[in-house]
Amino acid sequence: MQITSPAFKQNAARALEDAGLQKALGTAKGAFLQRRAAAVANLPEFERLRDIGRDIKNHTLANLDHYLETFAANVEKAGGQVHWCSTADEARDAVLAICRRAGARTVTKGKSMISEELGINRHLERHGIQPVETDLGEYILQLRDEPPSHIIAPAFHLNREDWEADFRRMHTDLPKDRVFAERRDILAEARTRLRERFLAADVGITGANFLIAETGSSVIVTNEGNGDLTQTLPRIHIALASIEKVVPTLEDCTSLLRLLARSATGQDFSVYTTFSTGSRRPGDLDGPEEYHVVLVDNGRSNMIGTEFQEMLRCIRCAACMNHCPVYGAVGGHAYGWVYPGPMGSVLTPSLVGVEKTGNLPNASTFCGRCESVCPVKIPLPGMMRHWREREFERHLTPGAARWGLGLWAFFARRPGLYRLATRAAIGALGLLGKWSLGGKGAFRSLPLAGNWTKGRDLPVPEPGGTFMARYAAGQRRR
Amino acid sequence: MSRDAILGAIRRGLKRGPLPADQRAMLDGRLASHPRHLIPARSRLPRPEQVALFIRNVEKEFGTVERVPDLAAVPAALADYLAAQNLPAAFPMAPHPELLGIPWDSRPLLQPEPRRAQGTDQVSLQHGFAGIAETGTLMLPSAPERPTTLNLLADTAVVLLRASRIHGAYEEAWDALRAEHRDARTGGHMPRNVMFVTGPSRSADIEQTLELGAHGPRRLHILLLDDDPAALPPAA
Ligand code: SF4
Repeated sequence: MQITSPAFKQNAARALEDAGLQKALGTAKGAFLQRRAAAVANLPEFERLRDIGRDIKNHTLANLDHYLETFAANVEKAGGQVHWCSTADEARDAVLAICRRAGARTVTKGKSMISEELGINRHLERHGIQPVETDLGEYILQLRDEPPSHIIAPAFHLNREDWEADFRRMHTDLPKDRVFAERRDILAEARTRLRERFLAADVGITGANFLIAETGSSVIVTNEGNGDLTQTLPRIHIALASIEKVVPTLEDCTSLLRLLARSATGQDFSVYTTFSTGSRRPGDLDGPEEYHVVLVDNGRSNMIGTEFQEMLRCIRCAACMNHCPVYGAVGGHAYGWVYPGPMGSVLTPSLVGVEKTGNLPNASTFCGRCESVCPVKIPLPGMMRHWREREFERHLTPGAARWGLGLWAFFARRPGLYRLATRAAIGALGLLGKWSLGGKGAFRSLPLAGNWTKGRDLPVPEPGGTFMARYAAGQRRR
Repeated sequence: MSRDAILGAIRRGLKRGPLPADQRAMLDGRLASHPRHLIPARSRLPRPEQVALFIRNVEKEFGTVERVPDLAAVPAALADYLAAQNLPAAFPMAPHPELLGIPWDSRPLLQPEPRRAQGTDQVSLQHGFAGIAETGTLMLPSAPERPTTLNLLADTAVVLLRASRIHGAYEEAWDALRAEHRDARTGGHMPRNVMFVTGPSRSADIEQTLELGAHGPRRLHILLLDDDPAALPPAA
């Protein structure tokens, strides 16, 4: 995937003018938030589970080599194969080689962000193998030839009208005058459409939410059941997983699962949580005859021992982007690569190099909500600041600090963002103020700051009152 | 080799070489004892309430539950359900001894076929290994007598579950699997596939609105066999 992260500001400007996108973001706003809040309120132990989740992941990362070796040994014991891949190239080739050996013509796919990261679809297409996305959101994006804009709801940027129009455009064998009265009519058409694809595929590729060292299992968590059909029906199952997905035991995984669905869609548990361990056993009436795990590093091992190691705790729940005012205003595509939102702003520079994404860590209001909802307590705003510091130190982008404030100002001029951020913004501006002290005092150039802090040296807010309240008060005083 | 490169990079990051033997033994000890973490209080209930919580949670997730007093009552309950939903009386059924032992003759119109599911099946009957009250979840481990396709392909998935197999938390269901299942290939407790199923399939991909009826079953119906005197609802 082409990286357009350096053009974040232009991407964001375009996103703010895109009426369709703004409508979709408006519709989506709050759906995940309210459901998450309700699910969390229903589980009094949630906060303690977050500490446990963080600790499990920290323990695993501190012993990652051992758990990966144990995982691989147990996969092999269960009749599976592990393909260790340092780079995206190696991983693509490993997948292609398995498909080729199988003489595969079509490959069904469950939703997998690592597959997007690696560009598996293009690679297979280029070699004459047809990938078929089966997750509903990924399916329509494949029809539209677009990347996902959200890590758990890939078609976050689309409206119901887009779905209808694309289905009419692509499913030309169906009656033109058919009616999509309900969302479920769209769902039903995709279901019928994909059923034959599931049954015909030679290879099924899924991602993995977790790998379990104790048993050599890969775990997928879905609502649709497409991932399960993908890994159950074809003769060969390939699980694509990055190295930080491993956890020691079923119990460790279970504790993280209590956090995952609640943080993601606000469900207590997703519909299907499935543990796959090796290939079909003697006497089994179904299941794949071959089971492969393509285990991908692609930059992650370099994060270990750095200030970004904690990012490897991420369980890809998307709570940080669902609660991010910047994401909520511009959507996922503006971030310019596979992983959007706060987690993307930290992860993308780590994986593709800060020189290609320099501006991304500035795509933030530093309101701190992402960290406060992250189920494994990743200090996302702190890490974004680390990137800015690194960027500054390395002089990769001359005037990095000014750039950052320019971007902040870009958002600050759109007060709607700040209404979303409410009280948390106070803390955020405090941080920004502190940061800007070391940043050549460029703060004074913020158009917004001038409006509400007349006569003050530094616009670091005092405790009490939300940003909007103070902003409004400042406006009134003028 | 990429394996060595990856492990080497991890160790460099951790600023150490391969773990010494005593530390490896400690980690292997943790794997062998697989300690539990915090278990939420919500499922720590007396038996009848635990079963009631299971049922409530299944229904909250859009599944349905019908309690049956014994195996002999299963054919009538299933026949009536299928008739009420206008569903065919022929269906694939898990070739599990417990299901095979049901007196199907009592409803001669029913035609259970012990086999895996096909893409065209409208109904399937699966054998439930365990239920988890915490979230109304079924645990369905694969085995020759419990094919995975029976969880996935039919429009209406019916599962027979004994009330005595309902646990409070996932960890207890794992313990049951650890105790009862021996995998022929690994000698361990994990079968090829373990599915946790919570309600019928759905998608939130269109405008973040949950809609039932994605690629898996549109309906999930649980026949709950009241084999546990301690778990019966208080007499009305
Ligand atoms: S960073 Fe935290 S909140 Fe964001 S996706 Fe990862 S785990 Fe979820």
